[in-house]
Amino acid sequence: MGRWSHSQLSMDEGHVTHGGTVTLSNALCSHSQTEMATTEVERRRGQLAALSIAAVVIIVGVPLWWRTTETYRAWLPVSQIKEFATLQLLLSVDVEVVFSRGTVSPEQQKKVPMTQTQDEEHRVDENTALKYRYEIRYRTATIMEEDALKQPTASDADLSLHALSENPCGSLVVYVIPESSSLLSEDVDVYIGQKRTAILRLGAQMRVGRTLEQLLAHLEPRIKKILHMMSFSHTDITAALSDRVRLAPGNRENIVDSMRAFKSSPGYEITFSLLNPDPKSHRLHWDIESAVETYVQPLLTKLAPIANFSIDSQTLYYAMLGVNPRFDISRSSYTLNAESLAHVINPVEARLGSNAASSNPVLNFLLYVPDALHSPLHILDRKKQAVHSNAFHSPRWGGIMVYNVNDVYGPEAVLPVDININMAKVMGVFLAQLRLLLGVQSSSPPPGFVVASCSSTGLADWELDRLMWSRSVENVATATTTITSLAQLLDQIGNIVINDNIAEQVSSAVTSLQLAVAELEAGNLGFALQYSKEAILASERAFFDPSLLHLLYFPDDQKFAIYIPLFLPMCVPILLSLIKIASDARQKRREKQAKKD
Amino acid sequence: MTLFTLLFLLSSCLLVYCINIEDNVGQFFSSGHTNNWAVLVCTSRFWFNYRHVANTLSVYRSVKRLGIPDSHIVLMLADDMACNHRNPKPATVFSHKNMELNVYGDDVEVDYRGYEVTVENFLRVLTGRLPPSTPRSKRLLSDDRSNILIYLTGHGGNGFLKFQDSEEISNVELADAFEQMWQKRRYNELLFIIDTCQGASMYERFYSPNLMALASSQVGEDSLSHQPDVGIGVHLMDRYTFYLLEFLEDIHPASKTCMNDLFKVCPKSQCVSTPGHRTDLFLRDPGSVLVTDFFGSVRKVEITMDSINLTSVVSHRKEEPAANGELQKEVYSYSDQLPVSEIIHQ
Repeated sequence: MGRWSHSQLSMDEGHVTHGGTVTLSNALCSHSQTEMATTEVERRRGQLAALSIAAVVIIVGVPLWWRTTETYRAWLPVSQIKEFATLQLLLSVDVEVVFSRGTVSPEQQKKVPMTQTQDEEHRVDENTALKYRYEIRYRTATIMEEDALKQPTASDADLSLHALSENPCGSLVVYVIPESSSLLSEDVDVYIGQKRTAILRLGAQMRVGRTLEQLLAHLEPRIKKILHMMSFSHTDITAALSDRVRLAPGNRENIVDSMRAFKSSPGYEITFSLLNPDPKSHRLHWDIESAVETYVQPLLTKLAPIANFSIDSQTLYYAMLGVNPRFDISRSSYTLNAESLAHVINPVEARLGSNAASSNPVLNFLLYVPDALHSPLHILDRKKQAVHSNAFHSPRWGGIMVYNVNDVYGPEAVLPVDININMAKVMGVFLAQLRLLLGVQSSSPPPGFVVASCSSTGLADWELDRLMWSRSVENVATATTTITSLAQLLDQIGNIVINDNIAEQVSSAVTSLQLAVAELEAGNLGFALQYSKEAILASERAFFDPSLLHLLYFPDDQKFAIYIPLFLPMCVPILLSLIKIASDARQKRREKQAKKD
Repeated sequence: MTLFTLLFLLSSCLLVYCINIEDNVGQFFSSGHTNNWAVLVCTSRFWFNYRHVANTLSVYRSVKRLGIPDSHIVLMLADDMACNHRNPKPATVFSHKNMELNVYGDDVEVDYRGYEVTVENFLRVLTGRLPPSTPRSKRLLSDDRSNILIYLTGHGGNGFLKFQDSEEISNVELADAFEQMWQKRRYNELLFIIDTCQGASMYERFYSPNLMALASSQVGEDSLSHQPDVGIGVHLMDRYTFYLLEFLEDIHPASKTCMNDLFKVCPKSQCVSTPGHRTDLFLRDPGSVLVTDFFGSVRKVEITMDSINLTSVVSHRKEEPAANGELQKEVYSYSDQLPVSEIIHQ
């Protein structure tokens, strides 16, 4: 009102004043309006800026950070590895049972060519199951085999039977001879030959009027016993699975056997050492090179499918045993009793040395020639009897033999005396120890069984088969546990880098394992062993790769400690502006709601 | 009356059975191991940590005396004591005041020395993940029938152990390393001894079977050193290891002392800290475990009963007679160690 009167009073001055005031107020109005408009634009611009920064951070920044801090993990066949966590092994053996003349009647002979399959299932623990399949083929003997069986003694028959056919490894042939045959002596029922054959004599009750089924039923337990001896028994296989299955201390003898033999390894080092504590009295000559070539090398060549062997030899002078032997008047010799033997090895071992280049297990064979003051030296067993071989061995280490030379020279001889060591005797003992240490079982055969004495190589074919069975199973078991634990480790620690070579080794290990299990099912023992060796090599190489050390393992709280000083100062303004935008939007919505009402 | 006779017969039968088992199998199932290994680590360097090196070397001496050979011992030391500028008696490391016992000697075989003693190398030795070029003496080549003794000493805290003033190993890493060893069956039984401050925290996190652990002090306590020597100027040993060594001096390779006595070593009155031990993961009863199962190397022995009759004749290598009819002999000579002639005539 006041304005109008003012303007009316000054109307004669002109309308300019009125207009000026209006424009001034208008200007004031529009100025505040532009102010409001600009703040609105500013605010919108600010919101847009915050939103775009947040968008860049989330859409571009986060994926970039994720990709650049990712660890490289090559692909592993995890599903196939999981399958191996539960192992189901099928071991199949081919057995041929040959009936010679006099065991079956002519009508039965026509029915005889037939095949039987027997399965045995065992569940070892919740993750491991075993199945044994015996494929038994029955047939009658050929004329040449009949001639061979007519030989005077069982060993001659065995030799001529070998000349006829060569059996592949893992298979067996059992020749059944009538009860009246004189090939085997009275109390002997079974003769186990040097190669893969056995001769079984029918029992007395099978003489008169029996059917084929009765005959087969009579033969079955005997054939099973032969199989347990010449191929594998359940205890052998469960002992070979010791990596997977921790056995409760049940049968103590089996524990002893499993502790004695070396674990499966791709190679072994054998060292022959001659210990001469008294070079002033004895000048010892041993032709170790020829002895190794003649006696030891054939055995190692036969064992070539199982492992590589490298041999070396050395002579140690002034190496004493750590124990003082006692003089026994009743025997007029020095004696070492069984309890003190355990302390003999340690002082000597420090001087033995080993091949620094390889990590293979070492078998040490020591030949100790006692000094002149303590000769002769005999080893007594626990019953205080002198041991015939005068030698002892330590599980997973090697053997020591004491060689007495006091009978070679008399008291008036000129010292030092030249002595040639009888390598045949020495190597006989060392080979026996080598067999034990490698796991060739020497359990006593069941009653009524006669085992042929060892061939010139020192190892029968069926003993090699036994070793191959247990080694294949052991390799498969070890490789599966290695692979599964490696997969578990890599899964647990997400930060470990898995290189391509590790993934390659793991894949090849898995492939070899599958092939080994398949070959075991098919009964091809040689191939199964080869694949199992490849599997174990690949899995060990993958597991023990130096790059898998989990020192790259950062616990989560340390990760937060590293990232917070970097990201927190950047994220706080963005977050706050986003919160502000959100609260503004919420307020506007509330105002709109109020206006509507 | 009949019941009594029956019981008497039964007990006598059992007695005879037990004796027979003992005769047949002997010591085999008392422990189930066939070889022994030892990993002895001193994690400190510098002159004022003399006592840690002396600790480790004293345990090394005892373990060697009781039978474990050098090839089965992995010794990790900074090895800067014997030839240190501040050592008034060079080439010696004493473990007792009045300089009674020089534990350095002349046949110490240190496998990892100086800056090679790192957490990475220690874990590599334990898990076996060494580069292929590593020699045999630097590897722990144990198998599933090995008993391993692991001794650690140095400066530690709650849950960690300091390695050479620059890095540390945590108890979680150690427990994981032992689990890796178990997965690959690299040990039969393992004894873990640690002599540091708050040592009990290092074995809190173990979870693998067949582990027994001993520590010199509980969490929150410090392990103290034993006695300074005025001549050398530093403390020579830690208390726990000193009394542990006194205990081991009475052990010889054939002794039957069991682990329960080892747990009683160094009570609070002598040690000021409270030693602790952990046996819940161990499958056997500690009262039946011999000290020599871990500290010594008593081999199991079997008599060789059979031998093979070898009949083939050894084929001697024919030595070709030389043109003049004499046997040609190979002449051996040593290779030149030092080019002495060149040095003299320079």
